[in-house]
Amino acid sequence: MTDKVKVATVSLAGCFGCHMSLLDIDERLAELVERVTFDRSPFTDKKILGECDIGIVEGGVCNAENVEVLREFRRRCRTLVAMGACAINGGVPAMRNSFSVRECIGESYVRGIGVEDPQVPDDPELPLLLDQVHPVHEVVRIDYFLPGCPPPADTIWAFFTALLEGRDPTYSYRQIHYD
Amino acid sequence: MTPRGAQTPVTPSDPGDSLLQALVRRQWTHGGIDEIAMAEIAGRYGVSVGEVRGVVHFYAFLDDASGVTHDIRVSDNIVDRMAGSAELMALLARETGLSPGESRGPARLSFTSCIGLSDQGPSLLVNGLAMARVDAGRAAQIAERVRRGESVSRWPASWFTIEDNVRLPGRLLRGAFAPGEALGRARRIGSAALLDELEASGLRGRGGAGFPTARKWRLCAAAPGAHRVVVCNADEGEPGTFKDRVLLANHADRLLEGMAVCAAATGADIGLVYLRGEYRNLLDGLEGAISRLRAAGVIGDGFDVHVHLGAGAYICGEESALIESLEGHRGVPRIRPPFPVTRGYRGHPTVVNNVETFIAAAMVALNGPGWLREEGTPQSAGTRLLSVSGDCASPGIYEVPFGISIAEVLERCEARDTRAVQVGGPAGSLVPATRFDHRISHEDYSTGGSFMVFDDSRDLLDVVTNFTRFFTHESCGFCTPCRVGGALLGKRLDKIAGGGGTRVDVETMRQFAGVMRSASHCGLGQTASNPVMDLIEYFPEAIDARLCSMDYAPAFDLDAALREARELTGRDDPRAHLDRSEA
Repeated sequence: MTDKVKVATVSLAGCFGCHMSLLDIDERLAELVERVTFDRSPFTDKKILGECDIGIVEGGVCNAENVEVLREFRRRCRTLVAMGACAINGGVPAMRNSFSVRECIGESYVRGIGVEDPQVPDDPELPLLLDQVHPVHEVVRIDYFLPGCPPPADTIWAFFTALLEGRDPTYSYRQIHYD
Repeated sequence: MTPRGAQTPVTPSDPGDSLLQALVRRQWTHGGIDEIAMAEIAGRYGVSVGEVRGVVHFYAFLDDASGVTHDIRVSDNIVDRMAGSAELMALLARETGLSPGESRGPARLSFTSCIGLSDQGPSLLVNGLAMARVDAGRAAQIAERVRRGESVSRWPASWFTIEDNVRLPGRLLRGAFAPGEALGRARRIGSAALLDELEASGLRGRGGAGFPTARKWRLCAAAPGAHRVVVCNADEGEPGTFKDRVLLANHADRLLEGMAVCAAATGADIGLVYLRGEYRNLLDGLEGAISRLRAAGVIGDGFDVHVHLGAGAYICGEESALIESLEGHRGVPRIRPPFPVTRGYRGHPTVVNNVETFIAAAMVALNGPGWLREEGTPQSAGTRLLSVSGDCASPGIYEVPFGISIAEVLERCEARDTRAVQVGGPAGSLVPATRFDHRISHEDYSTGGSFMVFDDSRDLLDVVTNFTRFFTHESCGFCTPCRVGGALLGKRLDKIAGGGGTRVDVETMRQFAGVMRSASHCGLGQTASNPVMDLIEYFPEAIDARLCSMDYAPAFDLDAALREARELTGRDDPRAHLDRSEA
C-alpha cells in the first residue's frame, strides 16, 4: 500500500470534462489503482491535500480560491501536470477576458434576464474573481502539459503509463491531433 | 489563374508594374487605399478584392483608408532609441496632440522598424521621406506644420538632408570608371571567361550569407527559361545597416552597370531593383541614373532595368519573399528548392544579389580577377562595407578589408568602454568583449554589414528586447514557431525586465528558441531567437541580477488582479487579498 504512487487531482475553472475523460480509460482503471492511490481528488472527496507524487490540474485560474488551491498543489506535489485546454490556455472560461469583471458580474447578477433581487454578491465566503482568467502555468511552475479538450482516454493513459514508468511522456501524432 | 511558380510571359512594359506598385502609387497620390480604390485596383489587375486587402494589410506603409495627409513614423531601432527616439515620439505626440499608433484621422504618428539612418538618429519618415537628426527644436517645427495641416511638399528641403558619413573609403568606394567600361570589357572577354574571372576573384554575396556569386550566376545561366532576370536586393532592412543607402545615393551608375554585367554573363533580359520603401528619397536619383545609363547604351538594349518600391516589410529582404513582393503579392517566403536561380521572378531563372555585390562584380569585370584578392582572407576576398552605429565617436560607413578584427573596427570608430557589439544586425551575433579579437569574415563573424556598438552604460536586456520585438513585428505570420515564438520570447523578456522573472523563464526561453530555430519556415524565424540566446550565453549577469526567484513566479501581480472585484464588492477582508511573495 505504501509504495503506491500518490496522485491528487483538482478541477479549477474547468468543466470536469477532463476528469470524465480520465474515467474513460475504463477497465484500465483497475490497473491504474494497482499502482496509484488517490489523495485529494473529486474521486475521493478528500478535502485536505497531503504530500503527493503527482498533482493533476484541470481548468484555468479564475478566482482567488483557484490561486490558493493551485499554490497548495505546487507546494505538495512533486510533479504538477496541467491537463486539458483550460489549464493550458484558459479555454472557455477565458472568453470573459475581453470584458471587465464589472461587466461580467453585472450580466450575471444585476442586469441579466430573469435576475430577481439584483445585487453584487459580496459574502466573504465567496472567492473574488481575478480580472483575467489565466492558464495555470502563468501562476505556478508546471512540469508537464497534457493537451486536449478533453485529452482522450488513450492519451491520458499513455501519459500516466510513461510517468509511472519514469519516462518523459511523449504522444503519437494521432493522440494529440484534434482537428 | 496561373499556378504560383509557373513561368508566365513578361512583356517589355510589364516588369515595372504589379499590384503592389499600383497600391504604392495610390498610397502616395491619395494618402491610402480605401475599399473603393481596392475594388477598382482589383478589377484592373484581375484579382479578388480579398487579395488586394491581404496585400494592403501585409505592408506597413499601406493604409486601408484614404486621406492620410501626414504620416510620421519614428525609427524604432535600438540605436535610434539610444539617440532619443522615445523622447522624440513623446514630444511629437504632445505637440501635435496625436496618440502614437492611432490609425484614424489625416495625421498619424507611429513607430516603424529601422529606416537605415542609425548613424544620424533619431530619425523618422514623413510620408515616406526620411529625416535625420531630428532634435527637439526640429520636432517642434514639424509638429507646428502638422497642426497647421501644411503639405509636406512645402516643408524646407534642408530638413530632408541626409549625410553620407563615409568615414573610411576603400577600393570599392574609391573605385570609378566611365559608363560602359566594365560592361565593354565583360562583353569583349565573353560570358564564359567573365564567369571564370568572377569565380577566381572569390567574390561572395554581400547580403550576409556569402554565397559565391559566380556559382549563382552560372546556375541561372544554365537554367532553362524564356527570360532570365537580374534582381538587385536594395531592401536593406537589417536594423543598423545603411551602407546600401550610401551606395544607392552615390554609386547607382556602377550598381546598374554591375547588373548589366550580370545580364551579359547570364543572358538576362529583365532587370529589377527592389528599393525598400524607407529609401523613397533615393528613387529620383536612381531613376536619373537609369536614364543616364540608357542614354549611354549600358542598359536599354536587350536588358533594361525597372525600379520596384517596397512598402515597409523586413521579410522582403529574404530573396524568395522579395520575388513574391516583386510579383505584387504579400511577402511570404517561398519553399526552397526550387531556388530563384532556376525558378524566380514569374517562374523565370533569377539572380538576386545585394547592391554591394553588383558594384563589386562591376569592379571585377573591369579590373580582372586579381583586384578583389589584393585584400581580405582566403575565403573572404576583398573589402566589406560596415555600417557602424551606436556608442562611438564616429558612426558611419567604414570600408574594411575582410579579416579585420572587431577590436580594430572599434578603434577606428573611436568607441570607448564597449560592452558588446551586435555584428550582422539582430539576426547576427551579440559579441562580448572577450571575443573582440574575432574577425569580420566568412570564416569567423559573417555579416551583412550592420555593426552596432553598446558601451558600459547600456542595458543589454533592453537591446535584446528591442530586437525581439522587431522580429515579432516583422514576422510574416505564415508559420507558428516564428509568429508565436517571438511573442512568447518578448513576454518572458518583459517579465524579467519587470523584476518578475525566474530561472524557469530562462529555461523556457531556451526551449522556445530551440523550436523557433528548428521549425521556422525561413531565416527570419530561424534567427529571431539569436539575440536572446547570445544574451543568455554571454551576458548571464544581465539576466540573473533581475531574477526574483530561482524557481518560479507569476508575471503579474495577483493581488492587483483582485482589485476590480474588491471595488465591486466593497470587500477588504484577508481573503480578498493574495500575497505575491507566497508561491
